[in-house]
Amino acid sequence: MSARNRELFALVPVAMLLTAGFAAVFAQESSQLDNLSLIYGAYFFAVCLATHIYLRMRLPDADPYLFPLAALLMAFGLVMIYRIDADLARDQANWFVLGLVLFALTIQFLRDYDVLERYRYTIAVVGLLLLLAPRLPGIGEQVNGAYLGVKAGPLAFQPAEFSKICLVVFLASYLREHREVLIVGARRVLGVTLPPLKHFGPMLVVWGASMFMLVFIRDLGSSLMFFAAFLALLYVATGRFSFVVIGMAMFLVGAWFFAATVPHVHDRVEIWLDPYAHPQASGYQILQSIFSQADGGLFGKGFGQALITVPGTDNALLPAAQTDTIYSLIVNELGLFGACAVILTYLLIAARGFKIALLSADGFSKLLATGLTAVFSIQAFVIIGGVTRVIPLTGVTLPFISYGGSSIVANFVLLALLLLVSDRARREAGVGARSGDLVLGKT
Amino acid sequence: MNRQIVKLFGLVVVLFAVLVGFTSYWAVFDAASLKGKDANKRPLLEQQQIKRGRILAADGTVIARSVPKGHGSGLRYVRRYPEGSLYGHPIGYSFVQFGDSEFEQFHNDELVGNESEFSSILDQLRGAKQEGNDVVTNLDPTAQATALEDLSEAGFGAVVAIEPQSGRVRVAASNPPYDPNRVPYEYSKLSTNKIETPLFNRATQGQYPPGSTFKVVTAAAGLESGVITPETPIDAPGSLEVEGTPLENDFGLDFPGATLDEALTNSVNTWFGQLGQRLGNDTLFEYMERFGFNSTPAIDLPAGEVSKSGVFNEEGELLGANDPVDLARVAIGQERLAVTPLQMALVAAAIANKGKEMKPQIWSRVVDPDGRVTKRLDPSQYSQPISAETAEELTTAMEGVVSEGTGTNAEIPGVAVAGKTGTAETPGNEACGGGEEENQAWFIGFAPADDPKIAIAATVECTEEFGNDVAAPIFRDVAETILNGE
Repeated sequence: MSARNRELFALVPVAMLLTAGFAAVFAQESSQLDNLSLIYGAYFFAVCLATHIYLRMRLPDADPYLFPLAALLMAFGLVMIYRIDADLARDQANWFVLGLVLFALTIQFLRDYDVLERYRYTIAVVGLLLLLAPRLPGIGEQVNGAYLGVKAGPLAFQPAEFSKICLVVFLASYLREHREVLIVGARRVLGVTLPPLKHFGPMLVVWGASMFMLVFIRDLGSSLMFFAAFLALLYVATGRFSFVVIGMAMFLVGAWFFAATVPHVHDRVEIWLDPYAHPQASGYQILQSIFSQADGGLFGKGFGQALITVPGTDNALLPAAQTDTIYSLIVNELGLFGACAVILTYLLIAARGFKIALLSADGFSKLLATGLTAVFSIQAFVIIGGVTRVIPLTGVTLPFISYGGSSIVANFVLLALLLLVSDRARREAGVGARSGDLVLGKT
Repeated sequence: MNRQIVKLFGLVVVLFAVLVGFTSYWAVFDAASLKGKDANKRPLLEQQQIKRGRILAADGTVIARSVPKGHGSGLRYVRRYPEGSLYGHPIGYSFVQFGDSEFEQFHNDELVGNESEFSSILDQLRGAKQEGNDVVTNLDPTAQATALEDLSEAGFGAVVAIEPQSGRVRVAASNPPYDPNRVPYEYSKLSTNKIETPLFNRATQGQYPPGSTFKVVTAAAGLESGVITPETPIDAPGSLEVEGTPLENDFGLDFPGATLDEALTNSVNTWFGQLGQRLGNDTLFEYMERFGFNSTPAIDLPAGEVSKSGVFNEEGELLGANDPVDLARVAIGQERLAVTPLQMALVAAAIANKGKEMKPQIWSRVVDPDGRVTKRLDPSQYSQPISAETAEELTTAMEGVVSEGTGTNAEIPGVAVAGKTGTAETPGNEACGGGEEENQAWFIGFAPADDPKIAIAATVECTEEFGNDVAAPIFRDVAETILNGE
C-alpha cells in the first residue's frame, strides 16, 4: 500500500473517533443521540480529506502517519473543548482550518526548504523580535504575571509559538555549518571538553535568549522548552555530551539565579514545591489539576462528567480547563487509559519525527527534523509535566489539543516542515510512494 | 548523527514514561488520599449533585430529604429537614460547606448510593445517574416529640428509648435541640455556644455521674457472680466510714439485715457500698465491661459522636480494674463515674431482655430508588452480661422501686414498671452555672415488667430536684406513648 493510501485509511478511524466523541458529549448533555455528531464528523473528515488530497499531489512520499496523528490530537481537543464550551469549539474548528491553510501554504512555498538556510540570520532576528513583542508598549499583554501575548487590534497571538520554529530553523542551519568546527576546535581544559569560543558565540546568544525570556517575558515554560531544544540539537550535531552538561549547568545556574531574584519565577517554583501552602490562592490551579486527575481513576468519569466550575456558579474548579489544564480534564473524563492514549500519540509523533531525521541524507534536513520533533515533544512534556507536578506549572499549550489559534497554526506549520523534510528524505531513500511496504518496515 | 538521534528519542521515551508514571500516581495510586484532602471540594460537590436519599421515621414521616436547585450542569441538591429541630439529634445534618454529622454521616454511603466499583462501572455504561437510597429508621415520632417536650420543661438532658429484644432505638432526644435547617446560616453560632452546646448529642456524647441508677449494675454483678443471692442480708447502717469519709444513707436511715429488694427499693447507699467492697475491683469492672462500659457502644453513629462510659481519672482517662478506686463509691454511682444516657438505656434493655444486650441501631431498612428493600436490620446480640435468672431477680427488685420505693412517679396505670432512680449531686458544676444545689437526675427502667416492650433512660442536668421528681415522669410519658402506639 502506498504511503498516501495508508494516510487515508488512518484518517477514517480518526474521523469516526471524533464522531463518537461528539455523540458521547451530546448524549451526556441532552440524554439523546443527535445527528449533529455525524455532521461534525463529516465536516472533520472532509477537511482532513482535502488536506490529504493536497498532500497526495504535493508530497506523495511524505510520512503517512504524522498527519493522521495530528488529526487524532485535534479530534481529542475539539471534543474536549466542545464539552467545555460550544463557542470555544467553533473557534477551535476555525483555527484548525486556518492551521491547515497555513500548512498547505508552507508546503506550497517552501517546497525547496533549503532556502531557509539562506535567510537563517533573518529568521533568527524575526524569532527574537517575536519573543520581544509581548514587552513592547501598546501591543504587549500580560497574563498571570507573564508576558505571553501580543495584541494588535483584533489580532492577538502568542509569538513564542512561532518563535520556536524560527529558533529551530536557525539552529539547524547554523549547527549544520559549524558542527565540524565545534567538534574539531574543542579543547580540553581541566578534563572538560569546551567548545571553541569563537563559534560558540551564537550559542551563547541562545542561552541569553532563554534567560531573557525568563526575566523579561517571565515565561518559564517557553524558556525551558527553547533551551532543551537547543541542547538536543547541540548534542545531535556535535555528539558531545559534555556540551549538553555545560549547557544544562549554565541554564540551571541562570534559572536558579533568576528564581531567587525574579518574584514571578520564584513563586512558580515555590508553588511547585509546596502547593498546599496556599491552597485557595497560588496553589489553587495545580492542586485542582491534581484533584481533577484523582477523580479520573483508571477509566475516567466519561465525557461531560467532570466538574469544571462549582455547580450553580461560575467559579472555576479547574482553572484554564481549555488551555493549560486540558490534560487534567482528559484524565478526569477518560481516565489513566485516555491519558496514556494521548501520551502515546505524542510519542508516536516523536517516533515518526526522529525517523524522518534518521532517514534524511543531508545535515540540515537531519537537524531540522530533529529540532522540530524535539521542540514539539518537549512542549508536550513541559505542559503535561506541569499539570502533573513533575515540573513547575507554566502556561504552555498542549500541542494540537489546547484551545488557541497561535498554537494550532504554529504547530501545523511545524508539521508541514517535517513533512517537507520527510518527502525528500523518503524519496531519496527510495521508501516513498513507489516502493512497497517492505522497505518502509525496515527504516 | 544518527546514534545521537536514537539516544534523543530514548530520552523522549523516558520523559513520557515519567508523565505516565505521575499521571498513574495521581489518578490511581494516590487518588484516595487526594480525595480526602481538605482543599479538595470535589467529593462534596459531586455528592451535592447526587440526589441524596431520604431519611424516614418508623411510621414513614420524612425526617430529611433533598430538593433540587438550579438545572443543567448547575443542578445540585440541598438538604431539607421538614420536622425541624425534632430530629436534629440523632439524625444530624448534611451540607456541602459544613460537612455532615451523626446519622447522616454514618449512613452516607447508603444515602448517596455508593456501591462497589464494579456496579458503578456498570451504571456508568448504562448511563444511569447515581441516586441515593432511602434509609428508614426505628424512631417513633410521637415518642420523640414527647421526650423533647418533657425535656424542654425539665431542663437540659437526654432520653434514649430502646426496644430490648432487637436493640431498635425508638427515641434519642437531646435538649437543647437545634434545627438542622439553620446550620448553613447559624453554623458558627451553633458550634460555638459553650453553654447550650446544641450540636452536642447529649444522648450519646453526654457523660454524667449516674448516681443510684448504677446500683442496678452493682446488683447485677453481685447476683451473677454469686457474691449475694436475693436473700443475702447485709447490715446497712445510716452512716459508714469509707476511706476516711462517711458514706451516708438518705435521712441517715438504718437498714439492719436488708436484702436486695429492700436495699434497691430504698436506694440504700451503705448496703451497695458494702456490696461493692465485697465484689472487689475485678468483678465489678468485669460486669461493667460486660454491659458495655469502657467501650464505644455499637450504635450506628460516627465513633467520634458516641462517648464511652466508665470511671475516669482527673485527666479524663478511663480507669480499669487495676487502678485504685473507691469501690464503695463506684458501687453507688459516684467516684468520677461518668456514663452516657445511651449506656444506661442499654443496661435497662439488657435486664429487660433476659440478660441479653442487643446492639443499639437507629436504622431499620434501606430502600433503593425503585422502592425495593435492599438491606434490613438483622438484630444482633452485643453480649450477655447476666443470666435470665439474674435478670428476673433484678426485675423483681426494680419493680419494687416503682411500686413502693423511690421511683413511684414512673408508675403507669395498669402496667407493671421496673426501674431505678438516680440523683447525683453535682455542686459547683460549671455547666450549670456553678450552683451548689445542682443535681443530675436520672431514671432508667422498662415496661411492662413482665413482657418488656421498651427500655428507657432519661436524665436531666442541673436540676435542684431528684430523679423521681423530674426524670421518672419523663420515663412514664415516653413509655406510655410508645406502649399506646403498639
